[in-house]
Order: sequence, then C-alpha cells, then structure tokens
Amino acid sequence: MGEVDTKGVVLLDFWVSPFGQRCRIALAEKGVEYEYREENLLGDKSPLLLESNPVYKKVPVLIHDGKPVCESLLIVQYIDEWWPHRAPLLPADPYARAHARFWADFIDKKVRPPYADASYVLWKLKGEGHSAAKEEFTGILKLLEGELGDKKYFAGDAFGFVDIALVPFVCWFYTYETYAGFSIEELTPKLVAWGKRCMERESVAKTLSDPHKVFEFVGVLKKRFGVE
Amino acid sequence: MKAVVLLGFWVSPFGQRCQIALAEKGVEYEYREETVPRDKSPLLLESNPVYKKIPVLIHDGKPVCESLIIVQYIDEAWPDRAPLIPADPYARAQARFWADFVDKKVCESALNLLKLKGEAQEAAKEEFIENLRLLECELGDKKYFGGDAFGFVDIALVPLTSWFYSFGTYGGFSVEEAVPKLVAWSKLCLERESVANSLCDPLKVYEYAKKIFG
Repeated sequence: MGEVDTKGVVLLDFWVSPFGQRCRIALAEKGVEYEYREENLLGDKSPLLLESNPVYKKVPVLIHDGKPVCESLLIVQYIDEWWPHRAPLLPADPYARAHARFWADFIDKKVRPPYADASYVLWKLKGEGHSAAKEEFTGILKLLEGELGDKKYFAGDAFGFVDIALVPFVCWFYTYETYAGFSIEELTPKLVAWGKRCMERESVAKTLSDPHKVFEFVGVLKKRFGVE
Repeated sequence: MKAVVLLGFWVSPFGQRCQIALAEKGVEYEYREETVPRDKSPLLLESNPVYKKIPVLIHDGKPVCESLIIVQYIDEAWPDRAPLIPADPYARAQARFWADFVDKKVCESALNLLKLKGEAQEAAKEEFIENLRLLECELGDKKYFGGDAFGFVDIALVPLTSWFYSFGTYGGFSVEEAVPKLVAWSKLCLERESVANSLCDPLKVYEYAKKIFG
C-alpha cells in the first residue's frame, strides 16, 4: 500500500457508511484523536483515497502517519493493536479471539447495506426474489440473536469486536423494516434490546446516523440507480 | 479424539492452509477426510453449524472455522515457534489485507474462470490475471510476501498454486508467462516440507476440476 503525505490519524469515510462507522466507534472507544475526511460516495473519489486504497478504491481508509490501512474489520483490529492499553476490543484468549473474528466475518459477509452489494435484492425486487431475500435476512438476524443469547454484549460483559461489526446496522433497521415489511423488534427482540444498550455508549450514539436520514439516503440511491 | 483434529478435504486449498500452518508449528494432529459436498459427517455438521464446510480445526473439543481465522488461531495458540503473522500492528494489517484479498478477489475470479463459459469466462480470466499481477507486484523482489520469513500471506495463497495448471488450461493461457515472479515464489515455497506435504499434484487437481466443472 503506497504511503501518503498525511500526519497523525486520518479517516477517509462517508457519513452513512456502516463500515466507516465501525472505525469511528473503535477510535472513540480508544479515545484516539483523528481527522475525519468525508468522501462523496455518489461523486468523484479524492486523489488521496485513490492513492491510499488503490486496490479497492473504497472507504473507509485509516491513514496513520501516512501509512494506510484498508478494510473496516482490519482497521478495527489495527486500532485495537496499536492502542492496546485502553478498552481492549478483542479478548486476550486465542479461542475467544477466533470466535469473535468468526462472527465479525459472518456479519461482514451476510449483513450488507444495499450500495455495497449490487446483487442485494431486498431493495430491488418485489415478488418471489423479494420474499426469499426477506427470509434469508430474517434467518441471519435470528442466527445473530442466537449467538448473543442472554449476554449483555456478544463477548459477554465487555463491548467489543463483534458488537462494533454489527452495531452500525442498527440505524438501518428502520430502512430494512420499511422495505421488507416486517418488525425486527418482533422477530429478534433481544437483538433490538442489545442495539439500544449499545446506543447508551457515547462512542455509538455519536457515530450512528439518524435512521430516517438512512432511509432518505436509500431513496436517493434507488432514484440514482433507477430502481423501482 | 486427539487434542487437535482437522476436518478437511484432500483437494481443498482452504484445508491445506491449515495443514501448512500446523506443520510449520510442528503441531501433532489428527486429519479427518470429509466427503464434501454430500455425506458430511455428524462431527462436521455439529462443529460448523453455520456454514457446514471444511476446514474445521477442533482443539480440545472446541471448533474453529474459516481457514484464515484458523491459521491466525494456530499462530496465537502456539506462539512460541515459527511466527506466521508479524508482530508490528501495521505489518499485521498489511498481511491480513493481502490474505483477505486472496480470499475475496482471487478465489472468486478463479472459481468463475473454472465455472463460466464464453465471454463471461474471458472476463473472469482477465480479472483473475489482474489479481495475480497485483499480488506479484506486492511480492516484488522479496523472498516471501512478509520478507525473509514465510508467513500468513504465503500460506493464504500457496495452496492455490497447485490449481495454476487447471486455471491455465481452462482459461487458455500460461500462468507462468502472466506472472513469472509469482510462479518462482510458488516453487520456492514448495521447497518447504510443510508446503510440499500439504499441496496436491496439479494433475490430480485438474482431474478433480474436470469432474466438477466439466
């Protein structure tokens, strides 16, 4: 990854990106000061973004003293390892770490906002494709709720990696519900309760977007891409 | 059951990543061959209920799934020898990035190259070669991806090299001509016992590919 000419900690991001929000939450948990730079996802990418993430050309990118780190879950792990003495985000035990990585990876693979996955049908189709997508999404939420169980957070008492991977999607729940025609609170009440608990944390409350703004944004996307 | 069990499938590059890592660490383990995709064993279904796929590492009865997560686990559970991931946080992030790139981009375009036909296959081939070129650029003139020490990115990529013959044959191109440095790196890796003992004969891989992809 090419080094770039910036100092301190810079985060290239987009306001509504759940991937960027993972990084913002991690930085806030660690109390790290950083410069936030907004990229326009719907417009031209900045030269800095193209230079610091030449492989994917996507946000978020964390640039630490000129050295870029890409991919949100890798950025969160980097933040945890670079600032290890405060608010550990991953457990110390190797098995617990593998377990946390597994679920964060599951969330990365299965819980996606519409602009991140061109084939995501929940937003686009009506009819058969739509109901299959809705069922799949419901299954994913139930699996996650099963993993959470009666714990306060995914790893137990301490807010951590899996919570960070998932919590930005909590402000997308309203949008999912409106498009899919279901109530996430009815389906997975424990998950919704967990979401509210996370929102009591300053790092999360200050980072997540207003659910109505998220919904508006998806409306803009649909118009932009001519989706019914 | 032995303390360390690996559920794998003979031709799976994902299983082979784990075999290489265990060998590098000198960990004794029991290998159990699964007959995938049908006839999955009760142990596999129980230890990987989410994906029902190999590889699964079971350590003292506790399962770890997803090959790159397993390799990181092996590195952390046996930290006293042959470190697979660098110590420095930035170098670690780079190693994880490129291993993830192999998983996200290389594997997908490779699968498409084998599965698809006509124009779609041609597009997949172009993408696949471009991905290999990016990796070759990342390797540069280093001995291994991490420098002098064999490590995480090497382990992520090297099992795919026994599929190079298949990719080339299906795509009608020479991998060696496209990415000579990468092929040279793969030969260097094959000099390691851990790699030589884990990878399959490329011709056997090709026979298998023909059965699956036609």
